[in-house]
Amino acid sequence: MLDGIAAILRRMGARTINSIWRLGLATRFFFLTLMYSGPSFRRFHLVIKEIFSSGVLSLVIILVSGLFVGMVLGLQGYETLQTYGAEESLGVLVSLSLVRELGPVVAALLFASRAGSAITAEIGLMKATEQISALEMMAVDPIARVVAPRFWGAVISMPLLAALFSAMGIFGGYLVGVVLIGVDEGAFWSQMQAAVDFQEDILNGVIKSVVFGGVVTVIALYEGYDAPPTAEGVSRATTRTVVTSSLAVLAWDFVLTSFMFRGV
Amino acid sequence: MSDNLVEVRDLSFAYADRLVLQGVNLAARRGQVVAIMGNSGCGKTTLMRLIGGQLKPTQGQVRVDGESVGELKLRDLYRLRRRMGMLFQFGALFTDMTVYENVAFQLREHTDLPEEMVRDLVLMKLNAVGLRGAQDLMPAELSGGMARRVALARAIALDPMLIMYDEPFAGLDPISLGITGDLIRRLTDTLGLTSLVVTHDVQESLKIVDYVYFISEGVVVAQGTPKEIRASDLSYVHQFVHGEEDGPVPFHYPAPAYAEELGLRHA
Amino acid sequence: MKKTVLDFWVGLFVAAGLAALLFLALRVGSMSGFDAAKSYTVQAEFNNIGGLKIRAPVKSAGVVVGRVTDIRFDSTMYEAVVELRLGSEYRFPADTSAAIMTSGLLGEQYIALEAGGDEKMLSDGDKLKITQGAVVLEDLIGQFLYSKGEEGAAAPPPAESAP
Repeated sequence: MLDGIAAILRRMGARTINSIWRLGLATRFFFLTLMYSGPSFRRFHLVIKEIFSSGVLSLVIILVSGLFVGMVLGLQGYETLQTYGAEESLGVLVSLSLVRELGPVVAALLFASRAGSAITAEIGLMKATEQISALEMMAVDPIARVVAPRFWGAVISMPLLAALFSAMGIFGGYLVGVVLIGVDEGAFWSQMQAAVDFQEDILNGVIKSVVFGGVVTVIALYEGYDAPPTAEGVSRATTRTVVTSSLAVLAWDFVLTSFMFRGV
Repeated sequence: MSDNLVEVRDLSFAYADRLVLQGVNLAARRGQVVAIMGNSGCGKTTLMRLIGGQLKPTQGQVRVDGESVGELKLRDLYRLRRRMGMLFQFGALFTDMTVYENVAFQLREHTDLPEEMVRDLVLMKLNAVGLRGAQDLMPAELSGGMARRVALARAIALDPMLIMYDEPFAGLDPISLGITGDLIRRLTDTLGLTSLVVTHDVQESLKIVDYVYFISEGVVVAQGTPKEIRASDLSYVHQFVHGEEDGPVPFHYPAPAYAEELGLRHA
Repeated sequence: MKKTVLDFWVGLFVAAGLAALLFLALRVGSMSGFDAAKSYTVQAEFNNIGGLKIRAPVKSAGVVVGRVTDIRFDSTMYEAVVELRLGSEYRFPADTSAAIMTSGLLGEQYIALEAGGDEKMLSDGDKLKITQGAVVLEDLIGQFLYSKGEEGAAAPPPAESAP
């Protein structure tokens, strides 16, 4: 009995120590990435290539999801607002929830599962097939050549994707609210404009999405770089990327929101 | 300048608590092809990584061109590595680039050569391995032997002084085997470089190398020219060269007595 | 993939993303029409601001003419000091009055400006002298009950006064 408890405690201790280790290593990895970012900007085509694979290739899923999320918001929002006779505030509801929260957060979650997992798998496989080793032996720093461009590509892509998601969502809300249900178009837009502030809402949303992009990519890159070079190791790392980065996005969302919108 | 390009002295290395190499001494003279042989898992690849500076020795020293690899700063290590080429077991080509881009990679990373010159150099190197016609293929479209030849072209792109081959003969058909062995010899002679071949393919490598080291369980157990090795009567070398199943290297991994494990004693 | 094709798609993606941002900034949000260059700031003191918040609109005759930029508590006067930023194209006489109003029954609160008749115009840093604070629901109910009570005391029920 006592032995059992001791074993559980030991396991908990080991897990805690292990996760703190990993957190520390990931942080160190992040700073290394920033330190070795020089070549990414001196040879910007490296970053452009990564914007393509993380940004352009995520476009379809982002646009379609944005449209649907906006349409659902339009429907649900209308149902609720109607009971208070405030259906003209539909535009406000749709745009504020998208620009402040859903745009950055949902886009980041989709990004984690679309681009994050791809990054982890790619780097894990590069490691498994000794491509990373080969880079080192060719006197090319893998952090500078492989990791940093992917990081910056994602950090640049993420706010654009989030903006597209929000824009698409507002369009979806407009489709359902104005075109389908028949909310007054003028009220839809003008109330929206009166309520949404550029700095407070849109800029903060952009800042959020930049942070989320960074968080997701660092986790994806680190997991890939740290993955055991086996098929099982890479597949586990890919799963971990999606789980960890989704949780991290939500946690960071809370932290950022509590800083940004306090007292308003 | 010493006659030996690579010198390994009293080299020991351990992963965590597992001792892989203990007190290895070896040397490779300039212009020679030197083979390091041993059965799988004897620490050959580890040795190669130590020479390339990807691992640091637990004890002892690795000197390449007079510089102690384990003690170099990262920048100096990278400077030294530009003059080393390494051929990985399965080529380790960059899968997202064409054959041409793979060979051009180091030229683009380390030099500011104009595009036409890069092109000429790449075609030269590809021609040397007989794959100029494959320049637009992706690595996934190549056979194992071709991938390795492309990797070889990539390794010699910057005209290194030393090339290390990790199992260059593993998993090749007899024709590719002959081609690869021949290439290693020819490149070493024509480019005036030094080659270090880690392999367990005795027959193929004895044909092309100048000197052989045998490693077993982290220790150099035999060395000599191919002629001396063939004539050697050391039981380990004999087993290895002639591919006998049992000898100093046992067929069985250490295990409790067979009968005991099957529980026959109780029956 | 050819480099030019790749560049094209990335260019298209970046352009679309920037267009979406622009759409959000201009169509969805009001790019805060009152930027510092084209506005002036005035102050008003209220005994009670109710639920007024920073960024609440300032309206005159129902038209948004500015926004609340700051709310402070003045600890010598024990009053709330509210800073209003007004668009410079909207000029008001110096004796303009400000009142805190509520849009709709439960809606947000805003400041309504009622122009006065002074010849002098308000300029940057001026203070609005005539203000009316927010109506607090509890006070309203209290007043209502009190006046009912007063009514009751002043005019006793007819049954008693007319025997």
